[in-house]
Formats: sequence, C-alpha cells, structure tokens
Amino acid sequence: MSRVALQAQAVHARLGQVEVLHGIDLAFTAGRWSCIVGPNGAGKSTLLKVLAQLLPHEGSVTLLGQPMATLERRLRARQLAWLGQGEVAGDDLTVFDVVMLGRLPHQRWLAPPSAADLAAVEQALRATQAWDWRGRTLGQLSGGERQRVLLARALAVQAQVLLMDEPLANLDPPHQADWLRLVRELVAAGKTVVSVLHELSLALQADELVIMAHGNVRYQGASGEAATHRALEQVFEQRIAIHTLAGQYLALPRL
Amino acid sequence: MTETTRQQRRALALGVVLSLLTTVLLLLGASVGSTGLESLRQLGSDALAWQIVWEIRLPRTLGAWLAGALLGLAGAIAQGLFRNPLADPYLLGSASGAALGVALALVLLGAGAAAPAVAPWLLQLGLTGAAFVGAVAAVLLTLTLARGVQHTLRLLLAGVVVGVVLGALGSLTMQLAPEVMQTLQAFILGSTGFVGWSACALMAAVLLPCLVVAWAYSHVLDGLSLGEATAASLGLPVAAMRAALVVVLALATATAVAQTGLIGFVGLAAPHLVRAVSKTTHGRLILLSSLMGGVLLMAADTLARGLLAPQELPVGVLTAVLGGGYLLWLMHRQGQRGRWS
Repeated sequence: MSRVALQAQAVHARLGQVEVLHGIDLAFTAGRWSCIVGPNGAGKSTLLKVLAQLLPHEGSVTLLGQPMATLERRLRARQLAWLGQGEVAGDDLTVFDVVMLGRLPHQRWLAPPSAADLAAVEQALRATQAWDWRGRTLGQLSGGERQRVLLARALAVQAQVLLMDEPLANLDPPHQADWLRLVRELVAAGKTVVSVLHELSLALQADELVIMAHGNVRYQGASGEAATHRALEQVFEQRIAIHTLAGQYLALPRL
Repeated sequence: MTETTRQQRRALALGVVLSLLTTVLLLLGASVGSTGLESLRQLGSDALAWQIVWEIRLPRTLGAWLAGALLGLAGAIAQGLFRNPLADPYLLGSASGAALGVALALVLLGAGAAAPAVAPWLLQLGLTGAAFVGAVAAVLLTLTLARGVQHTLRLLLAGVVVGVVLGALGSLTMQLAPEVMQTLQAFILGSTGFVGWSACALMAAVLLPCLVVAWAYSHVLDGLSLGEATAASLGLPVAAMRAALVVVLALATATAVAQTGLIGFVGLAAPHLVRAVSKTTHGRLILLSSLMGGVLLMAADTLARGLLAPQELPVGVLTAVLGGGYLLWLMHRQGQRGRWS
C-alpha cells in the first residue's frame, strides 16, 4: 500500500475576513510529484502555505503520519522544505550564504556549518547549475538565476517533502526542463514534491494533478487520465483544450 | 580565492581598519579642545590639564564612540528587521518620544527659568532619564498600536504615527513654554558635551549585551531577508526572536539618545558604509556596523570640537552633513552601476 506523505483534513483558512479554503480533504502519496492547478483565486498558494504551517487554519495537517501542529519546529523544517512564490531575497547576501540558510534546521545554535552542511549546499548549487556564482551577491543575478538559487536553498534542506509555489517563475524553457528533470530525480530518490504551477502543459508532466476552484478541491487524479483532463477543462470553463503531441500533453487556450 | 573568501577577508580588513581608526581618533579626541594640545603636553605637571583631558575630553570622546556604536548596531538591526535599507534606529518613534520626554522634563524642572528649580547635576540626570523613558515609552506605544511585532508593515506604520504625534506634542510643549526651546534645540541637534565616565560605563554596559544578543540572533535577520514565511519554514521562532531584536533596538537607541541627544544619520549610514566595502551576513554586519557607527560619531565629535575651536559645532549637524553627503555619493556610485535606481 502506498504511504501518505502529507495529508490535509477538513482544512479551512481565511485571508483577513474572507474564507478562501472551504474544508479541504487531501492526501499526497509519498515518492510522487503532485501538482496543484486551477484558475486564479482558487486558493492554490493558500493551500500550500497551510500545508507548510505558514498560515493559521482550522482542521489538521499530518506530515509523514505525524500531526504537524505537534511536531517540533526544527524537526518539521528538516522534513518539509518550502519555496515561496516571488520569494524576496537580500541583495547583499552571497549565493552561497543564501543556500546555506537552507541548512539552518540542521545546525546547532551558533555552530559553524558542518561538513554535511557544506556538502549539501554544494550538491544543491550544482543541481541547479548555480555553483559557479556561489560568490556573487543576489543583487548581481537576473530573475531566472535568482530563482535557481532560491530553488537550491530549498533543495539544501534535504527534506523528505518539498512544497514549491510557482518554482518555474522567471525560468527560461531549458531551465524549466532542468527543473522537471530535477524533480524526477527527487521523486526517484523517494522524495515527495508538491508544486503549484499555472503553466498547465508543465503541470501535466506531474504524476498527479490536484484541481482546485473557489477554495475547494474539484478533482485529484493521475495527470495522464482522460478524466483528469476533462476535470481540468471543466474547471477552466472549457476555455482550454488538452492535446497530445509527441507523447506529451499540451494545454492550449481555445481561441 | 573564491568570492566568498574575498568578502570575508574584506570584512576582516574593515574590522581591523575600524579598530585602528578607533585608537587614532581616541588619541586625537583627547588632543582637541579649547586649550588645544597644551593640555596634553602638560598632562603630568598640571592638575588642570589632567582634569581637562581625563575628565572632559577622554570620556566625551569615548562616549561619542559608544553612542555611535549603539546607533550603528541599532541601524543594522532596524534595516534587517524591516528589510528596508532606509530604516534607521528612530523608526519606532524613539526620537520623538525622547524629545517629548526632555521637553516635559525641562518644563517640570523649570530649566528655562532664571533660577532653575533643581541643581544642574539633577537637571542633567532628569533630562537623561526623561529622554530614556520617553524613547522606551514611544517604542512600547508603537508596539501596542502595532499589536506586537509580527507584522512588519503594521510596525512601520505605527512607528511613523507615533513619531508624528509625539513630535507634534513636543512642538506644542515648546510653544506653550518657549523658555525651554534653546535647551531642547541643543538636545535635538545632539551633543556629547555632557558625557562623563558614568555615562560611558552605562553605555558600555548596554552595548555589550546588546551586541551579544544581536549577534546570536543574526541568522534570523539573514532568514528574514528571504521573507517572513521562508524564515518561519526554516524552523526559526521568528516572532520570539523578532521581539528580542526589537528590545535590543529600543534599548540601544534609547541609551544613546539619553546620553547624546538626537544624532541623525549614524544609524542609517553605518550599515550602508559597511556594505559598500563588504557584502556579508548579518553576523558580521552587526559587529562592523557598530564599529563603523563608533568611528563615525567619534570622528564627527572630534571635528565638531576642532573645526571652529574654541567654538563647538553641534555634532548632530556634522553627522547629518557628512553622513548624508557620503550616502548621496554612494547612491550616485551605485546608481551608475545599475543599483538603487
């Protein structure tokens, strides 16, 4: 039986006075890449923040079988890494220093980085092809280069579960392909990846899709299934169509 | 040599240079004053010269360094905490609070009258205490209005509101009791003229623990530079650490303001000057900004005493002119490189 990595039960969340998640029940299988999709305002990013325990909410979230509310903060941070949408970053920090921040959950208070920390940072920087700029400050990088560094920061945590909100923002197509390859490698290594993507053709590369609208989960299923494609077209009010090209799914707007 | 190592070496070199400058300026500060080098030359033979150097020049020079170090430290914390390069130590309303405290104390102690109600030393103590209490009370009011330290924007807005309201109350006090205007103006312009050894001891006693706490929590500021949500996702107890840093910010600022008045630009400029030399993490930035603040204010104080000797310029005016001018030059240079534009 497949193990559940992350589970939400009866989750409600508000932004100010407005309830944006209305009783979400959802489970993510371990060792798979799941992608949350849906129209603007569906509550995708809010759900991701709730799953990372970054927003107050009602209901429960369990991580690797443990209720997250009872997990010790640093232990939780070692098991679950989060990459936010439009994550701001200090322009004056070097790339190396930024990625080393991903090791904070592993480091003892005021202790210098260990050999394991240094190895994890190098591995993450090489995986995102950012190793060569490790000494540059973030202020000296382009938007896409920054995004790769921030991705490296999330990878350096070496968590079992990775939550990423729009990780492909600012990346050019070759680096989007690199990201897809990287996610495949992570999943092959047993990690669980949950991402929010608005680029539907890329989202259709995931193992499964969670389709949201108006703060509810409308459908969850394998991204290659016809029922999932129908649900996706329906949630976008039939204004998109899913095609197959060279063995890949393409979501195109209906003109 | 990697760029990271180069930045670390630059930070170390800056630390060494600032330490050397501190020593040189301390000697220079002991030589500058209305009697010039004469007092220094006759140090061993003349009791008055000894008194001038030991009881006036040295404590005020060292006091300028300590106040500058407190402001530099507070500036680095403020800019990291609020993720805003324009943040300065007075952002939480402490400047207006201190000024209002001093204005009220001046009125209550009858300072502007021909015969003050209290002895001069008691008046000085009262003003120092009032400035400290005013600064701390203003920060507490800001925290109350912002309902804690969790929301950066709310905290910033509350600080601005408290600053404006208390500033208006200070002006109203001046209008109602115009006799306190001159003393209050001197406080607003800043001066190290009344700093003695006890004030130095007090500032040192506050600076040391503030530096230790700020350095120990500096990785929180690094984490916050990636955003509050990311910092929290890294397992950092953001709210508790932020509260501790706000306490350090308030304490360091209030202590400096209470002893030397409202000296501007040191807290704002010191972290920028450090960053212009070395891009570094907040751990080193905090220590170097403190050193830089100390050097800036000690240099400004020495200049203020030496430029028009035996007349003295208000040190706050010099820090504003020198610090502001240097920042403008820095902005111009960074603008040419495509930053700050």
